[in-house]
Amino acid sequence: MIMEIRNLNFVYNPGTPFESKALDNVNFTIQEGEFIGLIGHTGSGKSTLVQHLNGLIRPTSGDIIIDGVNITNKDVKLKSIRQKVGLVFQYPEYQLFEETIYKDIAFGPSNLGLSEEEVDKRVKEAMELVGLDYESLKDRSPFELSGGQKRRVAIAGVLAMKPKVLVLDEPTAGLDPRGRDEILNEIQALYEREGITIILVSHSMEDVAKLVDRILVMHKGRLVMDGKTREVFKRADELESIGLGIPQITKFMKAYRAKGHDVREDILTVEEAKAEILRYLRSKEND
Amino acid sequence: MIKDITIGQYFPGDTFIHRLDPRIKIIITALFITSLFFINKFYPYLFIIGFIVLAVNMSKVPFKYILKGLRPLMVLILITFFINIFMTKGEVLFELGPLAVTKEGLRQAVFMALRLIFLITGTSLLTLTTSPISLTDGIEKLLSPFKKVGLPAHELAMMMTIALRFIPTLLEETDKIMKAQMARGADFESGNIIRRAKNLVPLLVPLFINAFRRADELAIAMEARCYRGGDNRTRLNELVLSRRDVATLIVMIIFFSLVIMTRFI
Amino acid sequence: MKDIMIKVDNVVYEYKSYIEDKMVAAVKNLSLEVRKGEFLVVLGHNGSGKSTLAKMMNGLLLPTSGDIYVLGMNTKDEDKIWDIRQKAGIVFQNPDNQIVATIVEEDVAFGPENQGIDPKEIRRRVDEALEIVEMSEYKKHAPHLLSGGQKQRVAIAGILAMKPDCIILDEPTSMLDPTGRIEVMETIKKLNKEEGKTIILITHYMDEAVQGDRVVVMEEGQIKMEGTPREIFSQVDKIKELGLDVPQVTELAYELKKEGMDIPEDPLNVEELLNLL
Repeated sequence: MIMEIRNLNFVYNPGTPFESKALDNVNFTIQEGEFIGLIGHTGSGKSTLVQHLNGLIRPTSGDIIIDGVNITNKDVKLKSIRQKVGLVFQYPEYQLFEETIYKDIAFGPSNLGLSEEEVDKRVKEAMELVGLDYESLKDRSPFELSGGQKRRVAIAGVLAMKPKVLVLDEPTAGLDPRGRDEILNEIQALYEREGITIILVSHSMEDVAKLVDRILVMHKGRLVMDGKTREVFKRADELESIGLGIPQITKFMKAYRAKGHDVREDILTVEEAKAEILRYLRSKEND
Repeated sequence: MIKDITIGQYFPGDTFIHRLDPRIKIIITALFITSLFFINKFYPYLFIIGFIVLAVNMSKVPFKYILKGLRPLMVLILITFFINIFMTKGEVLFELGPLAVTKEGLRQAVFMALRLIFLITGTSLLTLTTSPISLTDGIEKLLSPFKKVGLPAHELAMMMTIALRFIPTLLEETDKIMKAQMARGADFESGNIIRRAKNLVPLLVPLFINAFRRADELAIAMEARCYRGGDNRTRLNELVLSRRDVATLIVMIIFFSLVIMTRFI
Repeated sequence: MKDIMIKVDNVVYEYKSYIEDKMVAAVKNLSLEVRKGEFLVVLGHNGSGKSTLAKMMNGLLLPTSGDIYVLGMNTKDEDKIWDIRQKAGIVFQNPDNQIVATIVEEDVAFGPENQGIDPKEIRRRVDEALEIVEMSEYKKHAPHLLSGGQKQRVAIAGILAMKPDCIILDEPTSMLDPTGRIEVMETIKKLNKEEGKTIILITHYMDEAVQGDRVVVMEEGQIKMEGTPREIFSQVDKIKELGLDVPQVTELAYELKKEGMDIPEDPLNVEELLNLL
């Protein structure tokens, strides 16, 4: 078990008229190597939750146990937590600041106090992981790059810290379909190659359906669903009642089934839908 | 600390003071400040206190709120107090080691401290009862006669409006960048002054770059909305002086003239 | 000629790229006519030149060669520039960076104030514009406390208050969450259907493009495809090649057809495909 969240509560502005409960008794555990999707509409508490995971926010009450260490203990070194849980914020390209791409990616590992050789090694690895050519790019300014490239530099900056858990807050926000697919494919490849645990925060049900094994759904500060991707997307009505949707293809298959066709309704991608419809139609012909 | 500073904050309300034309309020505040610097006796301060108590009461801004605004500036007031008490030469009252407290020094110190306190209370009352928008409108209108001598009154007011508009946005952004860099192991909290200043680079560089980007986009958006400076521009809410505004101004001019005159009698 | 809102005539736009240190063409020999009352979608990925085209359509950028006419007025004509900007308003991507004032209604008033409109008329227009975008109850609010979708609607109201005939929206939803995107798309459709405004929507989202009357697809500064959403999205391979998406049901129908199934039409949404199968 890499992460355990127990009875987590967080209250904004306690004791003032603006008091609001951002997290309300949240409980879940994550095993090493899981690929998790965290969904919920704006203000559901998902951003507050992910900021708790590496100690950027301290909880009002409850426990956060990362890799065996309860990080809510006052004497836990925050640096060690940040090394374990890497957090990539929304629009991370707006945090780049160094003169060269190399230096920017090296910022995280250098802060960890690693040796120069180790930092060097990690920068190379991280750039490779996000598909940036080390030799041609390392001395260039990150500000000369395109939006999608800048975002890769920023993600590499977190990867270079070699976190055991990588949290990505809407890594594809604002990108066009090609940029989005490239980033998502890299995340997928990273997951398969490095075997790290990933938590993907996303508004796109299509992206979540394509990538993750398990979904956590937040609503009004509470964790309202936690289950396998297929199981969660079966509960379309519940999701819609809290302002979330399901992928269009899943929606279609449900509606098709409701019209009396005996197809599976837990379909997540176009390929699956195609296979399922062909299977169904062929079985009907054979009858 | 930052949230304790009430200067520049607006306390919404619908009182006589709130409704007063911002130009009148600015002029009254200016008169108030001028009179403070003319006062050289203690008893005129009674008028000033009377004025403040009356104005605060009418504005329905809680007194506590105004006092809270003094707190962050207490250090400044104390420094002024002590500099005056020890640095003024004259009849020695008593000595504290190498420092001598003189009668004149004590008098001067109390005077300056009171002056500062009243100055802060008076100006914060202006900003507390006047929304930023009408404040800038008032400044623009008051400065517009000086346009002839090349003072960019409209541009100054526009800059103030934009600054006020973007302060919350930039504060939010600061928080976001700070957290993002902390997630990469940045440390903003420990070390000596030089170290801390150096540690701010990862925060300040992106903040500046983003601010310039925003400024650029805003300029284009303004141009797209036909902005071309202050000439021939109209306003949604034009400032109109009412009879009440003029009457208030006349009363206040008489009042502060009397306060100022105390210096010469 | 009379029913043409904007005419783009063989336009080239070049700029100096400091990275490559040479002149680069963002728009190449592009011609396009936008009809009055039309809902036109300009679809293309980032860097396809679509934003440059948008900025040229109301004279924020001037073509290197070729001409653009807004209601017959050439954007190069300096005497007409303010009329052009009044007739063709533009809403940008980042809602935070186009709101000028600290109070919603003051911001909506910004355009008409610049035009020197009478205060009483400004008040009428501000109230009307906020009513159309359904933000009247927020008129005294500070913009930074609004959600992304609400801010973007305020920005739209700011343009509406200038009484334009045409509204150009340059990726107005790309920084919004799904709720905000729906709000803004509903507003845009309302402007077109109920207010009769010509809409030019620049986007890279296919689910927004399917809602237009006509779609042009841009790539490398040129128009690569043009047609109704159905004509465009039925060409699944071509669209994907251009780095864009098609609706999942359109793709499914396309895939099933390849397997030999008989699907007479190209569906754009769930209901259409249900009726076809």
